[in-house]
Amino acid sequence: MSEYRIKGETGEWEVVIGLEVHAQVVSNAKLFSGAATAFGAEPNTQVSLVDAAMPGMLPVPNKECIRQAVRTGLALDAVINRWSRFDRKNYFYADLPQGYQISQLYHPLVGPGEVEILLDDKDENSVKQIGIERIHVEQDAGKLMHDQHPTMSYVDLNRSGVALMEIVSRPDMRSPAEAGAYLRKLRSILRYVGSCDGNMEEGSMRADVNVSVRKPGDEFGTRTETKNVNSVRFVMAVIEHEARRQIELIEEGGKVAQETRLYDPDKNATRSLRSKEDAHDYRYFPDPDLLPLELTEDFIADCKASLPELPDDKRKRYEGVGVTPYNASVLTAEVETARWFDALLEAGAEPKQGANWVVAELFGALNRRSETLATTGISPQEAAELLKLVADGTLSGTLGKQVFEIMLETGDAPSKIVEERGLKQTSDTGAIDAEIDKILAANADKVAEYKSGKVQLFGFFVGQVMKAMAGKANPGVVNERLRAKLD
Amino acid sequence: MSELTTKTIAELRDGIGAGDFSAREVAEAYNAAVVAGRSLNAYTVETPELALAAAEAADKARAAGELKPLSGVPLGIKDLFATEGVDSTSGSNILKGFKPTYESTVSGKLKAAGAGMLGKLNMDEFAMGSSNETSAYGPVISPWKRNDGGNAALTPGGSSGGSAAAVSAGLAAGVTGTDTGGSIRQPAAFTGICGIKPTYGRCSRWGIVAFASSLDQAGPMAKTVRDCAILLEAMTGFDPKDATSLDLPVPNWEAGLSSDLKGKKVGIPIEYRIDGVPSEIDALWDKGVEWLRDAGAEPVKISLPYTKYALPTYYIIAPAEASSNLARYDGVRYGLREAPEGGNLDAMYAATRAAGFGAEVRRRIMIGTYVLSAGFYDAYFTKAQKVRTLIKRDFRDAFAECDFILTPTAPSAAFGLQEKMSDPLAMYLNDVFAVPASLAGLPAMSVPGGLDGQGLPLGLHLIGKELDEQGVLNAALAIEERAGFTARPQRWW
Amino acid sequence: MSVNADQVRHVAKLARIAMSDAEVEKMVPEFNNILKWVEQLGEVDTDGVEPLTAVIDNELRLRDDVVNDGDCRDDVLKNAPEAQHGFFAVPKVIE
Ligand SMILES: [Mg+2]
Ligand SMILES: [Zn+2]
Repeated sequence: MSEYRIKGETGEWEVVIGLEVHAQVVSNAKLFSGAATAFGAEPNTQVSLVDAAMPGMLPVPNKECIRQAVRTGLALDAVINRWSRFDRKNYFYADLPQGYQISQLYHPLVGPGEVEILLDDKDENSVKQIGIERIHVEQDAGKLMHDQHPTMSYVDLNRSGVALMEIVSRPDMRSPAEAGAYLRKLRSILRYVGSCDGNMEEGSMRADVNVSVRKPGDEFGTRTETKNVNSVRFVMAVIEHEARRQIELIEEGGKVAQETRLYDPDKNATRSLRSKEDAHDYRYFPDPDLLPLELTEDFIADCKASLPELPDDKRKRYEGVGVTPYNASVLTAEVETARWFDALLEAGAEPKQGANWVVAELFGALNRRSETLATTGISPQEAAELLKLVADGTLSGTLGKQVFEIMLETGDAPSKIVEERGLKQTSDTGAIDAEIDKILAANADKVAEYKSGKVQLFGFFVGQVMKAMAGKANPGVVNERLRAKLD
Repeated sequence: MSELTTKTIAELRDGIGAGDFSAREVAEAYNAAVVAGRSLNAYTVETPELALAAAEAADKARAAGELKPLSGVPLGIKDLFATEGVDSTSGSNILKGFKPTYESTVSGKLKAAGAGMLGKLNMDEFAMGSSNETSAYGPVISPWKRNDGGNAALTPGGSSGGSAAAVSAGLAAGVTGTDTGGSIRQPAAFTGICGIKPTYGRCSRWGIVAFASSLDQAGPMAKTVRDCAILLEAMTGFDPKDATSLDLPVPNWEAGLSSDLKGKKVGIPIEYRIDGVPSEIDALWDKGVEWLRDAGAEPVKISLPYTKYALPTYYIIAPAEASSNLARYDGVRYGLREAPEGGNLDAMYAATRAAGFGAEVRRRIMIGTYVLSAGFYDAYFTKAQKVRTLIKRDFRDAFAECDFILTPTAPSAAFGLQEKMSDPLAMYLNDVFAVPASLAGLPAMSVPGGLDGQGLPLGLHLIGKELDEQGVLNAALAIEERAGFTARPQRWW
Repeated sequence: MSVNADQVRHVAKLARIAMSDAEVEKMVPEFNNILKWVEQLGEVDTDGVEPLTAVIDNELRLRDDVVNDGDCRDDVLKNAPEAQHGFFAVPKVIE
């Protein structure tokens, strides 16, 4: 892939991107309280007195949230800090009941790691490593609603205290596409690990997008941070928009201000949050309600043992059994797909063929029908059965497609479909010979033409026989028997 | 005044157990004393009905042979403790009308042990003060008067000033206090009673309004060392709701009481002879050493070189933590709200907090905010936490040479109301002997030693090793037995 | 270090405490007195000394991931100065 450059008045510019991804940790209860985390509950029903910061309430950390963050760190090949600590980030806002967010600044749970992205799906050599600086664990804030009352905002604390992992990348990305690939890959890994459901619409993953520009080879420029961008597409749009804005600004003789910005998807533009800026002094200090978090080697070993096969390893394994690199990367991108494909292999499907069929046939059909692997009635076991019936000649390619369509419609197993509808391919020479005889007898004129040299009529006879046998005749046998009778 | 209100908790417990009097009689006597003592301003809320209900339960329990450790013992609870359904305002306007739907772990344990609640006790606002004058309810008046013929109103000390006054005036058999930098021990000393702050983590902080989380510890205040031991046993214990709670069994401190100190060494810190401390206090300190020697302990000189930095260290760390802990008082979810017409959220915050917090609390929030702010954090907060490490190390080294430490509790006897309010630093200096043990999380206790020339009580202060409340209680008991302190304030209220 | 009125105003803003000019003027010397006093710590050589992290040796306990709290909206809103339709209500915030 060629390098991404933006042409300005004064020449070409390079874009430097770092992402801070907030990923909601999958857990039943909140990070520091026993209130539920489920999405979509009635306002303020999933709020404990701790989450509402009632006087005298104290935080006690949830082990599962720590475990999930450690597993995530391990999946990103990151350093797990045996000694970490929670700090308070102090600021006032109506969605922040304590007046501080419990987070980790000075000693995060997870240190440096990395994510490998493919710059080109079809080229397995187009890899790039994106550095992870750290992952820390922190509380989410509540939610403010502004449009329910003319002069009041409403506060819902259901999200208040839900555990987040903040995954901070190094400024290693150089184009919107790289940032997109990184986000998709990160999301994929989190979903494999099971530490975050990756549901961006529900806000389970949000990115703070740090963007700066420079002339290639120069020092880093001043960056802006666009907060809370909630889709891959928007992240890419923010980068593009923000880079162009900064370039224009600099080329007009201005200076980029290090500031927080907000993205408006409707206008596809970012704007400064300067109003909040002047009071930004978070006064971080260690939370005196919590002791340092010390992890044992056993705990970390358990986390490690619980990790599933990750996308890169899976991709390599698929390639090792003959799956094309492109198919392997498609099949491993989403954990659900990979699990489905693994089940298909386990049910006995031949890997290369199976992969081709899933990527071309199954995905094509699901797309057409606006379905997904989760909603389709076809199980990997049934798909394997179908593939086997085609492979062993029980079904012709045409019949296979027919059975597949019926499977999609009814969700029935292929064996049942074949049985009920009598779709089995036949190689019975007696039956085929009988049909051939009938066709030849009924078309004596064409037989004569054929024999006098119009050999292209052979296809006509094949078609007639197949039609008469409702497509169930083995085409090879039909060919062979026809030649025997005509030539 | 009923004779019942002069009894110790041990005597009440034993008397109710033996049927000498009923719990109801005790509760009624205390309820009456509370009403009669209103001019002391010790209580912010009176809950006679709760005291009576607990007494009735105690009398039934006695009939059924199921008495609990504190059945029929009427207690006052410092207003810093959240008490279910009863105003819990921490002496602040900003929590005006706040009725928790929950009960603090410590007060809940006392109630579960059979104790009745007489009411909530006045205190310095958010426990910030050493004279109880920062309370939104006005100062507590000490039941003690100078014998100089004047009638000056004196402070009972603070921040647990209502607690101290209540015990000393017979308005409660025992009380809860909290101690962040001396708030149990200094008022106990000023009012001639006992008070112990246990090792940090012994008492759950859950449901106690936070002042400075790394320092706050609850503890009992009562007439005698034994009473403190009894209450402490009921108050302490592991609480999974407090991440700093110690997961240790509760020792049987009352049963372990012994004033035989043979084989023990009492450390006398050489740095604690401070200029400006009245000679009477130094003299009492010397007497204390002699009493302990008499009980079998050997005095040894020790050095705590960094403790002279304890106060400035404390006055960085405590306000820093407080500035963050008190951020939740913002007018959104409970308490006071001041919303200027047409003002935005920030205007509401600023107006609410300006109206709701008193001068001393505002001052400490400001200092705390400053020392944590960008550019100053390392110079102040980190520096203070480093010095705190050195102070803790001082104690560790000292305890290699002694079993407990004896010092005066406070550098003066009770002072007059208004005497120090205009000078924050002079007020802060009151806790010079108390603060080092708070910074190190160590158990420490004040026990009355005698009266000064003006007839005001003076306390002696014992600091123990981590988790060695027993050692502290035993040394205090040895002093109590020898000091023969029986003085009580003359009733004038 | 010492502070002037503007710095006191800035701190008051960070702390969200409204202060009149007179209050600010009054606080400046108080503030500086206290700062000067705590700055005695500058005398202490703390090179190589770790800041205190835990007062008493103790381990951070972790909770099991069990939902055993919440679902108490009435308790949560009970003391609210202004609650509407199950929400806390505050003066309108413009983001
Ligand atoms: Mg961020
Ligand atoms: Zn964050």
